[in-house]
Amino acid sequence: MSTRISKAGRLLDRNKRLSFTFNGRNLFGFQGDTLASALLANDQVLVGRSFKYHRPRGFVSSGVDEPNALMSLGHGGNFEPNRSATTVELVDGIEAVSQNHLGSLDWDLGFINNFFAKIFPAGFYYKTFMKPRFAWKHLFEPIIRNAAGLGRAPSLPDEAAYDYFYAHVDILVIGAGMAGLLATYELAKSGLKVTLVEQKHYLGGYALSDDFEVDGVAVPKWLENIEKKLIDSDNVQIKKNFTAIGVHDHGYLIGCENLEVAEKMGRSSIRHRLWRLRTKQIVLATGAIERPLIFAGNDIPGVMLSSAALDFYKLYGVSPGDRTVVVTNNDSAYLTAINLYNAGLSVPVVIDVREESSGDLFESLRSMGIRIEYGKGIASVLGKKRVKAVELCSLTGEGSVQETIECDSVIMSGGWSSAVHLWSHCGGRLIWNDQLDTFLPDASKSPIDENGEDFIAVVGAASGSFWPSEVVQNVKQIVQKIQKKFKTSKVKSSSISIQEIKYGDSNSKYFTPEGASEKLKSKCFVDFQNDVKLSDLRLATQEGYESVEHLKRYTTLGMATDQGKLSNINGLKYLADFLGREINEVGTTTFRPPYTPISLGSIAGEARKGLFKPVRKTTLHLWHEANGASWEPVGDWRRPYAYLKKNETIEQAVSREVTNTRNALGILDASTLGKIIVSGPDAANFLDLMYTNMISTLQVGRCRYGLMCNENGFLFDDGVVVRLAEETFLCHTTTGGADRVYSWMEEWHQTEWWNKRVFIQNVTEQFTQITIAGPKSRLLLEELGGLDVSRVSLKPLDYLEGELAKIKARVFRISFSGELSFEIAVPSQFGLEFWEKCLETGSQFGISPYGTEALHVMRAEKGFIMIGDETDGTVIPQDLNLGWAVSKKKKDFIGKRAQERIFMNDPNRKTLVGLSLQNSSEKIPDGASVIIGGVDQANDNVIGHVTSTYFSPTLDKPIAMALLKDGKNLLGRSIEIPVDSEKILKAIVSEPKFYDAEGNRQND
Amino acid sequence: MLLIHCPFCKNRNETEFVYGGPVGANRPDPNLVSDEEWVDYLTMVPNPMGPVYERWWHARGCDQWFIICRDTVTHEILENPSEEP
Repeated sequence: MSTRISKAGRLLDRNKRLSFTFNGRNLFGFQGDTLASALLANDQVLVGRSFKYHRPRGFVSSGVDEPNALMSLGHGGNFEPNRSATTVELVDGIEAVSQNHLGSLDWDLGFINNFFAKIFPAGFYYKTFMKPRFAWKHLFEPIIRNAAGLGRAPSLPDEAAYDYFYAHVDILVIGAGMAGLLATYELAKSGLKVTLVEQKHYLGGYALSDDFEVDGVAVPKWLENIEKKLIDSDNVQIKKNFTAIGVHDHGYLIGCENLEVAEKMGRSSIRHRLWRLRTKQIVLATGAIERPLIFAGNDIPGVMLSSAALDFYKLYGVSPGDRTVVVTNNDSAYLTAINLYNAGLSVPVVIDVREESSGDLFESLRSMGIRIEYGKGIASVLGKKRVKAVELCSLTGEGSVQETIECDSVIMSGGWSSAVHLWSHCGGRLIWNDQLDTFLPDASKSPIDENGEDFIAVVGAASGSFWPSEVVQNVKQIVQKIQKKFKTSKVKSSSISIQEIKYGDSNSKYFTPEGASEKLKSKCFVDFQNDVKLSDLRLATQEGYESVEHLKRYTTLGMATDQGKLSNINGLKYLADFLGREINEVGTTTFRPPYTPISLGSIAGEARKGLFKPVRKTTLHLWHEANGASWEPVGDWRRPYAYLKKNETIEQAVSREVTNTRNALGILDASTLGKIIVSGPDAANFLDLMYTNMISTLQVGRCRYGLMCNENGFLFDDGVVVRLAEETFLCHTTTGGADRVYSWMEEWHQTEWWNKRVFIQNVTEQFTQITIAGPKSRLLLEELGGLDVSRVSLKPLDYLEGELAKIKARVFRISFSGELSFEIAVPSQFGLEFWEKCLETGSQFGISPYGTEALHVMRAEKGFIMIGDETDGTVIPQDLNLGWAVSKKKKDFIGKRAQERIFMNDPNRKTLVGLSLQNSSEKIPDGASVIIGGVDQANDNVIGHVTSTYFSPTLDKPIAMALLKDGKNLLGRSIEIPVDSEKILKAIVSEPKFYDAEGNRQND
Repeated sequence: MLLIHCPFCKNRNETEFVYGGPVGANRPDPNLVSDEEWVDYLTMVPNPMGPVYERWWHARGCDQWFIICRDTVTHEILENPSEEP
């Protein structure tokens, strides 16, 4: 069994006992434990169920590469699924629950899948459950979804807080193993500013579990000394629990700092912090990841990596078991075997797939009398929820059992893969190294920064320097290179004496036995997390999935939370063997950020709720809110759609607002309309180019409705242009278009007509704009007092500036409702005051506010267009009967040339018409197709579509506008609007003017 | 996340900028071109692999439009705008 061993456990503080629960059971650990080491110390070897077959699973690794031990932590608003127990630092009170089982972890009903494994081969989703069609959605999918999968999604909003941090860093060292610590120390010595980040909660990496001597002391002690020196130096910053998850262009790096422990201890209000760093130089010291060996039953709980077993023992004082069989293709498992033996545990046999071995570790093993079996493999591991024995076989055969060896744990090592993920994120190329049996960064094809210089240097195991003396040499070289880049004064690098240890050569065997039968292969797991077996790879390659990218997607090899950290290389080796090619030719799948999974909360940061997308509010927002506004989002703004009175439906409110405005007096908050000031000697000339109309002929004090098109001729914004002074224009835009039009003008001014002397300012938020509309509007303005707004002084499209009700105001006589109407702009700080004065003074005239829907109904009754309703990016002004607003005299304006193209004058173009229903009060559906001659399969009878549709309270009938092919010649004709398969509405085509076509009311 | 050199604000993150596409042909005099030539001007946008002059707009900054030369394969910035626009 797995137990705590008193003489090891470097990271533990045994005076601080911590309690936690696993599946409701109370357990204890120590400060310094991970959740994984604490579980193992309690002999909890079975920690989860596998993805597809629900096979019992235990810990394979001690770090971020762990594929099996995914757990759900916490509850309620602090529930978090799919956390790898090996990366969770233990704190008091953790509630952990295992995942992916129906019933209990011990007795999982889903395990039945294991016996049907034959019907879940590679690509089974693509092959099975094809027929009958409906059964997928209603029968197969729900069952599969229920059976397969990871943790449950949280059901409550996350209670934790997350944030972002932005920083500039000169040199960022990633990984605080021996190489990273040494590189940091040497770089800092030459005065450079260095930040060292480490994903774990301690520094030292795998070296902290090693035994060799440096400068006469054991390596852990030596690392501790370096750490102390770094903490004392002013130009070094150390961040633990910080994972570099992505390297991006020009030295940009995203990192995630895990503050969970600090948060639980009350020292941090933030749980995870996303760092965005701009670095001048990155030093990758990310180490290497040990690979599993593939043999039948290599997924049974109790089988783990040799490095994990060593970590659990050395750092946390936990034994993998009492009797441990070792299987390996290199020397690193020897070190674990030696340590376990020295701890008094039994190591019955070391199975070595190599033909022989040599070196100091081999000598130690031999002197301990540990049995070594060369050229052998494991035929099968016996046991269900825990290893019981291994069956020894010859490496070369089909796996006939030579001996059954009892044990309760197996440790394996299939070699080491350099952790090159971050190198690849930003375009760094990889090259396979046969001798070292790993992909390595290709220094000749490295990621470059904005100046074309390399910005990533790789040291230590990540660069292929696996042995301590190599690391020291390699760090020395890289540090000198960086010192040169940063032009620091030369500082002699420290001389470090490393204990000379001879290691034996490794080989590249990755599965045993070599001639494994199909039956064995179907128990040989390549990817633990996705339940991908050797037999699946065999099937997929035989079916022709010979590209590594296809193989991945067909079998799911290397997907999910561990992203194949353990499985990818073994999968590639199999593919290369199958194809008879070199691994370099087969290539690897693309590494993409994030390196390890991060919480969605850390990505969202503070952008939640109201801060997710802040709402723009006018100065009258609170008044609207207090007066029954039903809101409508318009661009980033909220505008009142209608003001609801007690017991009123929205339709009733809109109808009341329209009627009141038409008959008495309405008031509208039009502040969201874009307001852009264009001034300067060439302003008139510049606006002639921006608008389709002639603007330069506009007189001071006058307004003109203007249209803006793009270079393709299509209409994209409209609004009233006012000439405030000879060289100053105020351009109104649509609510959603203000920023776009401003940018549009800037771009043209800066990039094409840069010699025009013009200033452009977006003053949208400087003014509160209020529309006073209705037959009594002039009476109200007169009552407010201060300006002569008589028929003679303020004619239609006139503009006046002065004081109204003692507030500085601009008054424009323009109408979007068809009523006598004034738009009044006052400085924003007086907006509410002016609005309330209007309401107070206007009460005698029956004033009532109206919302955007009443505005839309009234404009539709008048046939005025709305950008985004009548336009869709393919409509030219002429289509909307607005040819009168397109100048024929101007030599140039944006859109002119495009509108002159032949097909723009095609009579078959859709043009704007009105629609009136015959004998029906039903509303015409928005966007509906319009047909003549009945519904046909080929849609040949479709002649256009409905662009706006309303019920008109003024006319007491539904009205609509539509864009119809050759619309001008359809006036008076009957057309059809299919609503659904049964119902077809009939309507008559008319001019798109339903009310006061002559304009007598607005011109009064 | 490119690091882009704005002539006013110096080096800033890519997210502050809006990409304006490669520098294309000059806008022809609309009165002197055929329909085809006009459509070509609007739609034939160069899209080379390698060094390309392209327009960028410091939209979430000083509002300046400027031109840089960037290698579309390596993201190396080969030419920055001069400080005086």
